[in-house]
Amino acid sequence: MSKAVVTVIGKDQPGIIAGVSATLAEHQINILDVSQTIMSNIFTMSMLINLEKLDEEYNKLQDDLSALGQKLHVEIHMQREEIFDAMSRV
Amino acid sequence: METSQITETINMVSEEHLDIRTITMGISLLDTIGGTPQDTAKNIYNKITHYAENLVSVAEQIEREFGIPITNKRISVTPIALIAGNATSDEMLYYAHALDDAAKKVGVDFIGGYSALVQKGFSHGDLALINSIPRALTETDLVMSSINIGSSKAGINLDAVKLMGETIKAITDKSDTANAKLVVFANAVEDNPFMAGAFHGVSEADVVINVGVSGPGVVKRALEKVKHEPIHIVAETVKKTAFKITRVGQMVGALAAERLGIEFGIVDLSLAPTPARGDSVAEVLEEIGLEMVGTHGTTAALMLLNDAVKKGGVMASQRVGGLSGAFIPVSEDAGMIDAVNAGILSLAKLEAMTSVCSVGLDMIAVPGDTDATTIAAMIADEAAIGVQNNKTTAVRVLPTNNTKVGDMVDYGGLLGTAPVMPVVKKSSADFINRGGHIPAPIHSFKN
Repeated sequence: MSKAVVTVIGKDQPGIIAGVSATLAEHQINILDVSQTIMSNIFTMSMLINLEKLDEEYNKLQDDLSALGQKLHVEIHMQREEIFDAMSRV
Repeated sequence: METSQITETINMVSEEHLDIRTITMGISLLDTIGGTPQDTAKNIYNKITHYAENLVSVAEQIEREFGIPITNKRISVTPIALIAGNATSDEMLYYAHALDDAAKKVGVDFIGGYSALVQKGFSHGDLALINSIPRALTETDLVMSSINIGSSKAGINLDAVKLMGETIKAITDKSDTANAKLVVFANAVEDNPFMAGAFHGVSEADVVINVGVSGPGVVKRALEKVKHEPIHIVAETVKKTAFKITRVGQMVGALAAERLGIEFGIVDLSLAPTPARGDSVAEVLEEIGLEMVGTHGTTAALMLLNDAVKKGGVMASQRVGGLSGAFIPVSEDAGMIDAVNAGILSLAKLEAMTSVCSVGLDMIAVPGDTDATTIAAMIADEAAIGVQNNKTTAVRVLPTNNTKVGDMVDYGGLLGTAPVMPVVKKSSADFINRGGHIPAPIHSFKN
């Protein structure tokens, strides 16, 4: 129960990565891996983050990221890593 | 981890309606039996509210952390007829209200188990409970009822079939929609998390968590990628998709059980539609190659679908149970409703389909002037399919007053909207009124 995936999908514009990284930094979150592509002007990013110190404050970070998504007009999801593993690995 | 896996999972939820349909907490009430019905009802309320206190909040937190919707939170209990063996029909209402009050207190969507198992005969409590059903279902909001009238081992209790036909009509006299809260089973299972038929069997542990997963939309999207391929490729695709869906159910169920500190029971890997477009079993069948569900070939396509869902799910879960397969309710499935309205899907075809789906004639509206014996005869036909073929079958037909064929009846929320369907206008009364017992089929004597 220590890692989560943050995904961002929306129209590309300056400041998306900066905004997400800043919010994560405010919560003392370490980014483990980032993958980003732009397909016909749609920005998609997946970020693997370390949650070890955050289990208590999970909901707070999720709310902050959602608020940021609204501000930037992009969709930001944060989900624990296990759901992706469950579906794709035996 | 690959980005494509992440995208696939997110799309399944956001575009293909993948959801955990229900986390159902099964609670045994065998230790709540007290001196008077009022004492027992109080014990029932206390036990349910104690164990299920955190069910909704734990489920909501899991939804949040994993980004997977958990559509319903439910409770199933020991069949009340077993708990209230000495109660009169009027006293049964104490139990119904205790269940309803407890469900409202803990905030679940439904509570199932206002039930009796009468496949071989009636006990005192069974009859009292069945006679109380019309009042119980109209005086409460969240209580769901199920009656098992046949099994492959015991045969079919035709007296019970007749009584259930009369009971369904008696509910209609009191309410247009309360019938949707009652299901009549043959070969009912003891760990089913789906409503209206969920109850907590007597052989189950004291308290368990069962999970029902769904996702017809996910299967349909997967099949769109194998258009014109041979049919065994369809079966393989359904299997792989069912595997993925069930893995999510297994993970969520195990986690919910751990956080609630109780035992994890089973995953029921059913394709359960909702009224939303794109969340339809009918659309899956049409994707396999039928112009519209109900046409020739529907039964074969459904047989393949139901079987492949089971095969895919079995390996994905530590314990599979419940009904596990494809549900074909009419009112809850936009594609089924379209096919009925187009005159393509008939009651007769639906009956054929129930011989290969996971349950039975489900959420089917019929005219309010349909005879009780005709409804009983539908129950008998359905039970015969289940008993002879060693499968669960169920009937949830809904006579609705002041309606004619083609009218639409709204049941609200997940229960959807049903077109009133025609029934055969020849009497089955002399058959049903014989009463008695249809013997168990010869191949059930295996000992």
